Amino acid sequence: MSFFQVLPRYLPDLAYGMWLTIALTFIAAILGFILSIPLVLGILYTKGIVRMLSRLFITLVRGTPLLVQLFFIYYGIPALGIRIVPFTAALIGFILNSAAYQAEYLKGGFMAITAEQMEAGYSIGLGKWQVIREIIFPQAFRFAIPALSNEIIYLVKYTSVAYVIQVPELLSQAKFFASDTFFHLEIYFLIGVVYLLLIWIVSKLSDNLERKLYIPGFDVSHLR
Amino acid sequence: MPLVRIENITKSFGKHRVLDGVSFSIEAGAVKVIIGPSGTGKSTLLRCINMLAPPDSGKIWLNDVELTDKKTNLNLMRQKIGMVFQHFALFKHLRAIDNVALGLLRVKGLNRTDAYAVARKNLLKVGMQDHGDKYPAQLSGGQQQRIGIARALAMDPLLMLFDEPTSALDPELIGEVLMVMQNLAKDGMTMVCVTHEMGFAKSVANEIIFMEGGHILESAPPQVMFNNPQNERTRSFLHKIAELYGESL
Repeated sequence: MSFFQVLPRYLPDLAYGMWLTIALTFIAAILGFILSIPLVLGILYTKGIVRMLSRLFITLVRGTPLLVQLFFIYYGIPALGIRIVPFTAALIGFILNSAAYQAEYLKGGFMAITAEQMEAGYSIGLGKWQVIREIIFPQAFRFAIPALSNEIIYLVKYTSVAYVIQVPELLSQAKFFASDTFFHLEIYFLIGVVYLLLIWIVSKLSDNLERKLYIPGFDVSHLR
Repeated sequence: MPLVRIENITKSFGKHRVLDGVSFSIEAGAVKVIIGPSGTGKSTLLRCINMLAPPDSGKIWLNDVELTDKKTNLNLMRQKIGMVFQHFALFKHLRAIDNVALGLLRVKGLNRTDAYAVARKNLLKVGMQDHGDKYPAQLSGGQQQRIGIARALAMDPLLMLFDEPTSALDPELIGEVLMVMQNLAKDGMTMVCVTHEMGFAKSVANEIIFMEGGHILESAPPQVMFNNPQNERTRSFLHKIAELYGESL
């Protein structure tokens, strides 16, 4: 039996694994992004407890290995009496992780905006949070798009770590396949190509977003 | 009663006392030009007036509202004080007309149709009616500054502050901005301008204020200030400016 003779039998499983990889990536990217906004605003525009908590969260997430975080959620939370399935555990881990990193990337975007933009906003009578929403954030976000898309690319690959907490994602499926059929070389090569394709799609989506949000003065045309 | 009263304000950045007890008032319709060497608190004074840089002590009144009172709603008051920035400070992600309309939409709460009608009217006032769809990066410095003026005017302010509005411009672009400012003065707008444009000061201002070291050293109508300055420091400053710009004052 050659590789290509056995492969079709496993295709549904592999496709399911790929689907989980995609789901983990995109849900974590989107919810992580939503969560990253209060985090970065907390760090940059608040004082006291909110700022402290935002900082603490980012320090904890960035300061500990992803694998430790996943183990903590998957094995730790059930110890508190809450049942959690592998997919949910992985998803929570990736969302929190991505939120911290995306907050840092957004922060870079915010720091590229001059103080004058804030003052100009105040000068026409806008309040602080209005200025942030209408003027600062839209500019900061544009500056951060390349870094944010990089984060999603990382996320595609990070999801393979979910295999160690029994999420049947792409790498897990490849592992089952390999231990069933011993076509190690072929299957890991194949899923390598799949990851590459997924990442190619992400970078195309990011290019499209950048083009769609294009505004003169916010481009990197000096690099082209 | 004057439109604006400034009573003995001080402001320090760290150990550096930028404003050291400044008092003056602005009558409605007056055009005041503040001159003086750099680093003497001219810009800081302007930024105190609209509370972008609240003074450490002293009081500022706009009509009968004390801006320096902690209970005053500054967002409400700031829309009555237009500000034009040295580096234009246009919202770079918004088209020219959106820059002008933003305050109308978000502060004054106008609907889109009305806001854009008012915005277009103000673009016309500064001669930028054909450039409303352009982004700041697509406009020259002079055009950007005129949008900056239109953005402030759109809020229908009682007072306009100009913080060195032509300092960042190429010489051939200065004229178009000064023209707009002259027209504003002619229409009776109350203005406080920090500028080194002595021609403008001479022809438009009611009063020239000379500042140095965080104090007002001298203030007088332009013909007095330029022909017969009382203070030695004023005289030497004006002399230097005249040398630099090659005009006899």
